[in-house]
Amino acid sequence: MSEGVPVYERPAHIPPPGLWTRFRRHKLAVISIAVVALMTAMCAAAPLLTGYEFDAIDLGSIREAPSLDHWMGTDDLGRDLFTRILYGGRVSILIGVLSAVIGTLLGSTVGSVAGFYGGRLDNVLMRTTDVAYAIPTLPLLIVLASYTAATGGSMALIIGLLSWMTTARVVRGEVLSIKEMAYVEAARSLGATDWRILFQHILPNAVGPIVVGATLAVGNAIIVESSLSFLGLGVQPPTPTWGNMLMDAQATMVTKPWLTIFPGMAILLVVLAVNFIGDRLQDALDPTGREA
Amino acid sequence: MIPLVFGITIVLFAVIQAAPGGPEGALLETGRFIDPEVIEAYRERLGVDQPVPIQYVRWIGGAMRGDLGISFSTTRPVSEMIIERLPATLELMGASFLLAALLAFALGTLSAVKQYSWFDHLGTGFSFVGIAMPVFWFALILQLVFGVWLQWLPVAGTQTVGATSVTDHVLHLVLPTVVLSLRYVAGWSRYLRSSLLVALRTDYVRTARAKGLSEVAVVCVHAARNALIPVVSVMALNLAGLFSGAVITETIFAWPGIGRMFVQAMFARDYPLLMGILLLGSVMVVFFNLVADIAYGILDPRIRYE
Repeated sequence: MSEGVPVYERPAHIPPPGLWTRFRRHKLAVISIAVVALMTAMCAAAPLLTGYEFDAIDLGSIREAPSLDHWMGTDDLGRDLFTRILYGGRVSILIGVLSAVIGTLLGSTVGSVAGFYGGRLDNVLMRTTDVAYAIPTLPLLIVLASYTAATGGSMALIIGLLSWMTTARVVRGEVLSIKEMAYVEAARSLGATDWRILFQHILPNAVGPIVVGATLAVGNAIIVESSLSFLGLGVQPPTPTWGNMLMDAQATMVTKPWLTIFPGMAILLVVLAVNFIGDRLQDALDPTGREA
Repeated sequence: MIPLVFGITIVLFAVIQAAPGGPEGALLETGRFIDPEVIEAYRERLGVDQPVPIQYVRWIGGAMRGDLGISFSTTRPVSEMIIERLPATLELMGASFLLAALLAFALGTLSAVKQYSWFDHLGTGFSFVGIAMPVFWFALILQLVFGVWLQWLPVAGTQTVGATSVTDHVLHLVLPTVVLSLRYVAGWSRYLRSSLLVALRTDYVRTARAKGLSEVAVVCVHAARNALIPVVSVMALNLAGLFSGAVITETIFAWPGIGRMFVQAMFARDYPLLMGILLLGSVMVVFFNLVADIAYGILDPRIRYE
């Protein structure tokens, strides 16, 4: 810093603008967190919120329109739709989160190894990423999902295993720039191991984009799972998921539209809220402070 | 590019090899009658008794000559079936691409010019909803509203039975096109908005205004020309994503294209057909990546490829 340039000190009573402070400015993002938390809590606490079982067939009250007894109506077998949406949400949200975790871990590992070690290994890993990127994901998932009788775990696994490519590229880019930093050189000159440099000095500084990517991946995975379930390839009945409920609803869509409308609204709401959190998180983490 | 396609074929081959019971297992398992000649031809083509690498070399050799094998479900050559269905898919993808581009330009430009207006906020809200919307659910809702309740538009197929008019066909195209383009309208309009906002703050735009040019000329000619560069390359990249979207959209609207054939092939466990379509989809992705690179170079003279 040259002489004559005034240096402004932040007055001591003003706290540094932390992540949460910047995030909090966006009311909608805060509301989104509340929406996701509330919906997750409701799904988790499903047995407390409803007097019905998700698979309790009641042939005396099939395909009833929404009423006080059945807030969202009943389906073809007289099962309470509200109950099924809560239980279905457990599976859908869990698959979304699990596959995002799998994809993010895999992508971060590939990206950081490629970026850190460079050279041939980098080349091999990145060309592999290019290949995985070029194959249309949804059609490939359709083929893979058709091989197995899907469970929640297997769905999360195959979706996660096919959603690491973007993270890998982003993390590699981050690692490439961070590893040139002076503090990394300092750590290396002090004799730190590769492992320590990567985990102590590089990855903590790349955590922002990783978290943003993971958040957006949750929303994406929920949509992918519901698309596969909609084609009949997802988690099999009687376990409800939002996708397979929509598949069931398709036949009676014209006469019983609520069976189609409510599960779709649930997907839309969660994915919208999750994406919004991811988007605002990105803004809040952006060191240049660009605000849209 | 060639190594990339080569890598893709290896992965696809491995995926099909991983089919339960092997690729020919589905044939024996279905219990349906399949021309023994087809089974024999397929066994011979794959040489299922041969080591896997040799099987792969045989398959790739055929694929390079345009021979993608014989379909289990129809006993016809896969390449013939794909070529038959390709026009319907290209029509749907093309129409969606055009619609998405037009709407995104209008929406993105207006949002940028009127930044922070109610229109801009509405546009932002719309694009968030558009991206979070499950494609198949959006399709169902449109079918319900415009097909069943309002009875304005047909919900399936390409033509009313017996009708041959172009109008009738175009009406059938409306809903699938809207469904397939939604996500891209949402995405591209945001891209255009942010890159226009940057362009509108540049010195050359101030110069253009100072010369007394109309606002339309400033925005649409001077600013847009540069703002479009990143958007066009995103559009070319997304063209390939349209292929994935077509699988769901065609299935719901009974649109007789490759996407619907893919889902049918999956249920019939018609592996040669699945493999052929996956290969075509991947080659499209690679091709549009190349188009994106070339478009970038043409639009931005500063970029030169070695």
